[in-house]
Amino acid sequence: MVLDVLYFAWVRERIGLGRERVETTAVTVADLVAELSAREERYALAFADLKSLRVALDQDLAEFSAPLAGVREVAFFPPMTGG
Amino acid sequence: MAVRVQAEPFDLGAESTAFAAGLRRAGAMVTFTGLVRDNGGALQAMEIEHYPGMTERAIAAMVDEAVTRWSLEDALVIHRYGRLGPQDQIMMVATAAPHRGDAFAAAEFLMDYLKSRAPFWKKELAADGSAWVAAKDEDEAALKRW
Repeated sequence: MVLDVLYFAWVRERIGLGRERVETTAVTVADLVAELSAREERYALAFADLKSLRVALDQDLAEFSAPLAGVREVAFFPPMTGG
Repeated sequence: MAVRVQAEPFDLGAESTAFAAGLRRAGAMVTFTGLVRDNGGALQAMEIEHYPGMTERAIAAMVDEAVTRWSLEDALVIHRYGRLGPQDQIMMVATAAPHRGDAFAAAEFLMDYLKSRAPFWKKELAADGSAWVAAKDEDEAALKRW
């Protein structure tokens, strides 16, 4: 499947881009993270501590254990600081 | 109900007046405004990044929840993004309810949720460098009371 993968805040800075299309066979978000981390050092650095990261699937917050079936857009970002 | 996510400044007085003018039943209206805080006096600017699309959806869901829980007649959330200066207005919330307790509670609920469930990220720029504002444990804990 092909996913739009988005990165925000320091995740975006560490990886060096805000959005990319990713061809993957990952079943869950965690699988996708492992796949990306294996690609290059900058991904491994960005995903080093999953506790300091959040993920949204099609713009709804989700868990790293969530399945990717039917998902089109995955976003990774640090805990939010609005308000 | 209205949710606006914008780069431009907003006029607090004009927004409050327009919100009040639209009310027909409410006995209480609460507004809250968040400003760019400069803790040490060295802040040059704050850059606010957000997730277009998810931001509007997430805030609209919070507003719907607040309206239902406190029987609000109306609610408004304006949140800015982009580059802001010290003491600039970042965001405002307005709530209107039959009684003040509900208007205050709904405004606090919206503020607590905006802090940690709306996809915004703040970066502080100072003369000696820049840093992303870290989320605070107490912000997450604040959600538990609702």
